[in-house]
Amino acid sequence: MNAAAELMGSRNTAKQVVTIGEAVVEIMSDSGEGAQKCGQSFGSIAARMGNGVWTVEIIPAEIQPPARSIAGASGNRIRIGSKRVTNGGDEADLAIAFNEQVLLGRVNAGELKPGCIILLESMWADSADPKIAAQYGETLARLLAEGYRVHEVPMESECRKLVSDPRKGKNMFVLGMLCNLYSLDMDLARDQIAFIFGKKADKIIKSNVALLEAGHAWAEHNLDFGFRVPAVRATEPQLVINGNTAVALGVLASGMDICAMYPITPATSASHYLSDVFERSGGLVHQAEDEIAACAFAIGASYAGKVAVTITSGPGYSLKQEGIGLAVMAEIPLVVVDVQRGGPSTGQPTKSEQSDLLTVMFGSHGDAPKVVMAASTIEDCFHSMITARRIAETFNMVVVVLSDASLATAQQPFPRPEFNEDWLAPPIDQNPVPEGAKPYDWDPVTGLSRRFVPGQPGGMHTLTGLAHDRSSRVAYDPEINEQGMHARSLKLAALQKMLTPPKVFGDDEGDLLVVGWGSTKGAIEESVERMRAEGHKVSSLHLNFLQPMAPGIKEILHRFRQVITIEANWSDLPEDPLIDETNRRYSALAMLLRARYLVDIDCWSEVRGRPIKPGSICAVLRQRLAREEQRS
Amino acid sequence: MSTATACLQHLFAEQRSLEEYQGGVPRWCKGCGDNAILTALQRLCRDEGLRPEKTVFVSGIGCSSRLPHYMRTYGFHGIHGRALPIAEGIKLARPDLHVFVNTGDGDCCSIGAAHWIHAIRYNMNITVLLHDNHIYGLTKKQVSPTSPIGTKSNTTPRGSYLDAMSPLTVTLGIQNASFVAQAVDWIPESLFQIVTAAFRHRGLSFVRILQRCPEFVGSMFEPWVHDPQRMLMLTHENGLKVSPALQKIYRNQIVHDPLDIDRAREIASSEDPIPVGILYHNPAVPCYEDLRRAGMLRTTDSIRSSFEAELDKFTVWP
Repeated sequence: MNAAAELMGSRNTAKQVVTIGEAVVEIMSDSGEGAQKCGQSFGSIAARMGNGVWTVEIIPAEIQPPARSIAGASGNRIRIGSKRVTNGGDEADLAIAFNEQVLLGRVNAGELKPGCIILLESMWADSADPKIAAQYGETLARLLAEGYRVHEVPMESECRKLVSDPRKGKNMFVLGMLCNLYSLDMDLARDQIAFIFGKKADKIIKSNVALLEAGHAWAEHNLDFGFRVPAVRATEPQLVINGNTAVALGVLASGMDICAMYPITPATSASHYLSDVFERSGGLVHQAEDEIAACAFAIGASYAGKVAVTITSGPGYSLKQEGIGLAVMAEIPLVVVDVQRGGPSTGQPTKSEQSDLLTVMFGSHGDAPKVVMAASTIEDCFHSMITARRIAETFNMVVVVLSDASLATAQQPFPRPEFNEDWLAPPIDQNPVPEGAKPYDWDPVTGLSRRFVPGQPGGMHTLTGLAHDRSSRVAYDPEINEQGMHARSLKLAALQKMLTPPKVFGDDEGDLLVVGWGSTKGAIEESVERMRAEGHKVSSLHLNFLQPMAPGIKEILHRFRQVITIEANWSDLPEDPLIDETNRRYSALAMLLRARYLVDIDCWSEVRGRPIKPGSICAVLRQRLAREEQRS
Repeated sequence: MSTATACLQHLFAEQRSLEEYQGGVPRWCKGCGDNAILTALQRLCRDEGLRPEKTVFVSGIGCSSRLPHYMRTYGFHGIHGRALPIAEGIKLARPDLHVFVNTGDGDCCSIGAAHWIHAIRYNMNITVLLHDNHIYGLTKKQVSPTSPIGTKSNTTPRGSYLDAMSPLTVTLGIQNASFVAQAVDWIPESLFQIVTAAFRHRGLSFVRILQRCPEFVGSMFEPWVHDPQRMLMLTHENGLKVSPALQKIYRNQIVHDPLDIDRAREIASSEDPIPVGILYHNPAVPCYEDLRRAGMLRTTDSIRSSFEAELDKFTVWP
């Protein structure tokens, strides 16, 4: 009899298994106890069963924060559903904590649903340290008083029956409990363990499988509840990666050769991954001495060869801006990735925000037109890199791709992309330039000119960040200065004419249109679905291109009675006593849309460092609809 | 005639004149030492038979950094202090190009100091020429990190406060330094010899060239220009060879083995007499581009196969 059958044989008859549409689970531990591995595995198993999955990392800012501290909480939020899941959802339905302190942080932040089921490691009650035992007792009493359904679980002592160091294996015991509670396939769970410990000895795999099965059995016998989230197995292969890995794979697939970077949270993991895999196909990652050098290095590589990329986050982007201006002025193609974090200054390195939009659009001194795209899903992180490389090369422009800390660490399955040779950069041109051709022979309609690459006979010229004429000669002549400025600006219009109007999510007209950009797409569309299910005439529009903006947006805005942007950046609160129409600072996209389309667009934003919840968006939309009803 | 012979004959026939390397008319001031550097570099290009389309002069900002405009090769006149990382990117993307960097004492030793230190450590095959006139010229006379203490400038009207930094001792103190030399604009023969040796060195060659700025600090090098005994010629069979004509003028000479780094550091510390020659030359230091580009060709197939292999790691099969 195999282990699974054994478990089947000893089913707890009292157990009630309820079918549900979706669940949000959080697993919290001290740093280094493996909650993240447990959460990722739980998500992967559910994904293989065909569930929609979204996992979000909960990361402490320090490498080794003190044990049992609120700020040291490390773990995962996993949302699984019968349908496709596009965001981390609302408050958690179930939380597992390796100690009560890491859990408290989540309770205080309002991340748990009222009445949330909590599975709490019980060993602290018997701690030799009376202070710890008291803390545990107090917290347990508080949680019970607040109505949480707490189950104390002797994780440590159960694991000790199997292994000598339970601290290292507790996460697999917890995975076993979760597999039982959410009716996940134990064979897939065993496969998952074999996969994560793949490079290690059989002995380690066996011991972890034993812990998994023990956790499963413990939950079967001791917990009288369970859930089933029905799933339909996918018919196509799915890729399960986070946004930063998607960016790195996009770089690989785009045919770019060189990535120059400097370490910065939360962007660096993209470069880590790329460093590991890029050289196998002849590419390379250069870790420069600073952000400025990384940008300059990428510019040099782009100038002499194929388009290069530099990957950074807000503070690094600020430092790169002079270099970016040079690339704009000299028309050197370049791809810059900004994985946004909380700002300004050092801000919140591990937390998510959408505060860099205006910086990347208007930053670098002088008029410096560049293309700005924002990835809105993990799949989009991948494809954006390929598109960005192509636009940079076609238009000899800087293309900034915005991602953020939410996308960087979240995982979601999406269809495995089919490799396409057209993604790759063409070989660089080394033919002699035609007789009489000039390096900046700006087309009067599109502003485009061909790029001369070193090595091309007859193309010798000195590129410069100074104002220059068509031959790249330094020129301060008023006519020439305007010609150059004109051409560099026209390229954005030329690109804009090639873009297709964005599609409205929901009906093409109605009472309220929600406009967003970047990582909020999943949460916004889910809230639109919920509102529509309640009978409201709400739709949404998500912009991938922020500069230039696609054609057709104005017409869409005019088909709705109200328009509001939802963004993760600061906007002044209209209810503040000093705030009125003459001084209110709008969210970035709202400001841009108001300026361009002359529509009275409202905004709502949040800078809490975490992904915006669909429930929060729904509450705002309901309020805005009610206000409009009162008015009319 | 074999193809190889035909190619050689073709290359031989490709000799160019000095004029073919001349770009725009220099806009430097009358008597500026940069003119001597430009001439030496044009002669170097001609004598080494460099193809103009395969040669890139990269610069930052300042008087020195105007040089690429006066060459008829590819040029990259970038932003202040960043010539080195730009040149590194070019070299890594295109090891087939000859890459030169023209930078000044402000560009290299002040705003771009971080890049200078790391460029030495990367040791890429780039020829770096530091035009050191001890003053900011383009912005009209401000003190630079190499200005001698007491230098009167627009930002130090009562004289500068700090001792000058020595670009030579700094460079010789950095790991992986492989070629460090000093030349002066007023001895063109040695200047040419030194930049030629620098170009031929495989690795980062750092040549500090003391360069006169008659406009703002006209008397800065006067004592040395007028007294050849205050110049110290470093000679060696693997270093500078002083011609008989020059020997008659510059009689203050010592034999210095360019492999001797301790002695090089001692010599570098001397401000008076001014040493001229190759202080340090170690051809064995590996180049970053060789370490990073380990013979892997990037082809559609290599990209496809590594891409597919990576996707396999993350794929959930139905």
